Amino acid sequence: MNRSLLWVIAGVLLVGMPFVYGAPYPMHIIITILIWSFAYTSWSMMGRVGLVSLGHGGFMGVGAYATALLWNNLGLSPWLGIPVGLVCAALLALVVAWPCFRFRITGHYFALVTLALSGIVLQVITATRDLTGGSLGYTPNRVPGGSSFWAFQFTEKHTWYMIALIVWAAGLAIWYAVERSMLRYALEAISEDEDAAAAAGVNVTLEKLKITVLSAMMTAMAGALYCQYQMFVSPDTVSGISVSLQMVFAVVVGGLYVALGPTVGAVITILLGEGLRIGFGTSAVGWDNLIYGLLLVVFIIFLPKGILGSIMGAFRRAPAKAAA
Amino acid sequence: MLEVRGLTKRFGGFTAVNNVSFKVDEGEILGLIGPNGSGKSTIFNMLSGTLAPNGGSILFQGREIGGSAPHAIINSGVGRTFQIPRPFRRLSILENVVLAGFYGQGGGQGGHSRAAAETSAREALEMVGLPTNPSTRVDGLGAAGLKKLELAKAIATKPRLLLADESLGGLDEGEMDQAADMLRRIRAELGITIIWVEHIMGVLMRVVDRVMVLDHGEKIAEGLPTEVVRDPRVIEVYLGTDADAVHAVAEAARA
Repeated sequence: MNRSLLWVIAGVLLVGMPFVYGAPYPMHIIITILIWSFAYTSWSMMGRVGLVSLGHGGFMGVGAYATALLWNNLGLSPWLGIPVGLVCAALLALVVAWPCFRFRITGHYFALVTLALSGIVLQVITATRDLTGGSLGYTPNRVPGGSSFWAFQFTEKHTWYMIALIVWAAGLAIWYAVERSMLRYALEAISEDEDAAAAAGVNVTLEKLKITVLSAMMTAMAGALYCQYQMFVSPDTVSGISVSLQMVFAVVVGGLYVALGPTVGAVITILLGEGLRIGFGTSAVGWDNLIYGLLLVVFIIFLPKGILGSIMGAFRRAPAKAAA
Repeated sequence: MLEVRGLTKRFGGFTAVNNVSFKVDEGEILGLIGPNGSGKSTIFNMLSGTLAPNGGSILFQGREIGGSAPHAIINSGVGRTFQIPRPFRRLSILENVVLAGFYGQGGGQGGHSRAAAETSAREALEMVGLPTNPSTRVDGLGAAGLKKLELAKAIATKPRLLLADESLGGLDEGEMDQAADMLRRIRAELGITIIWVEHIMGVLMRVVDRVMVLDHGEKIAEGLPTEVVRDPRVIEVYLGTDADAVHAVAEAARA
């Protein structure tokens, strides 16, 4: 089986899909899945090497709000505002992560510190109501006509589909680049034994900061993209603890150690959310979180590699057995 | 090559290492012995940066390294092994050594190339006699194999000075001799200076040029193996408690 041929075929199918079938509602679902897949992929780059962050909602919020605030208040195009948002997320990541890594706050304690981070970002957005609209949410000012390249606003679903597809594919490309890099070796080593990694010459703090900043910036990108697509953000949808936990859940369910695991996780979480919304309407508000929680426990115990990870593991074993 | 002056480490009110000074010359193998709790490992951990000294200085090739971060010391040319092997089980054997070859020579901070790291990793694995096959996992290795992997990781960082921490614990006699030969070859073929901490006296005495004896955190003797084993203080604190060791050293001294 030729892997690169498979990728080309998948790419052609994905790019061509909206021209064959492009009804607005399925397109909306697919765009949402792609954006969240990218966010989950960003989280998994840290999660897979034992850096379990419960604060990624914070980075997402920074990316979304920075971009929208700069546009509304200063008229700064998202083409510039998004990079500024990414830099803000990177700085926030450094401020939170450097002391953690320097003083060896790892494992559960690191997760707790990051949990506080997502809470703090949520509180800051809510408290600065005059600027951010508080818990009512925030809307980027629309350009007349609805679509503008400069304003990064598009009414056409097809355009958004292509943007989301490119960003999602870029996320996968980054995942693979890290997978093949020495950085990944170092992070795997660090996750097992920090002292032994240091004895191999690894600057433990620096290498952990590299992946944290990369992951935070990608997550902020996802937040900015989500805001520009929805043209509305509220603190609850892009920051806060529930978003952060949703990332953990989706990645664990989809598969933490495989490139497409987070994407599978996004398909499941978003279809679950939509299914509940359509099937039960407002009476099911909050059910998705309940189901996430239950499934998370079940998956961690019975299927720790996630759905895709377990399927791929089974496929890899099968030919090996046949050969033996 | 290495000059240690007045090295001191305290843990609360307990002085683990008290005012220890010694020198290691280029190309030498120095043995470091002493009963349990005599401060050998503490000295090692200060030399490799895992612990910061409370006093004294450690000059390596004329530069002060005492209190530096472990990775910085490794990058300045000091390699170390751990008493209990600490392999990275999520990586293959080759990947373990490539990691050390890359980061141990300045990789990740703008230095060094991956291709060069892979070359030094393969050389290190061939030197210790482990497979260079990219997919061989660590899980198949026994005690002797894990010790070899520790050594390969340390050699791959291209050290000038190797700190070998009790490399022979848990090996049978044939494996011990092999490992002792390995240290000799590392010195002869790679020109690496070695400090060797070891419990198993007989083998150590056959390989080292000089030996230093510690007791309760203080240096009580230093010199040629044949001299040190005749030192009454050494016999009292270390050898006197272990008849096998006395016998082994006496044999070594005759040889």
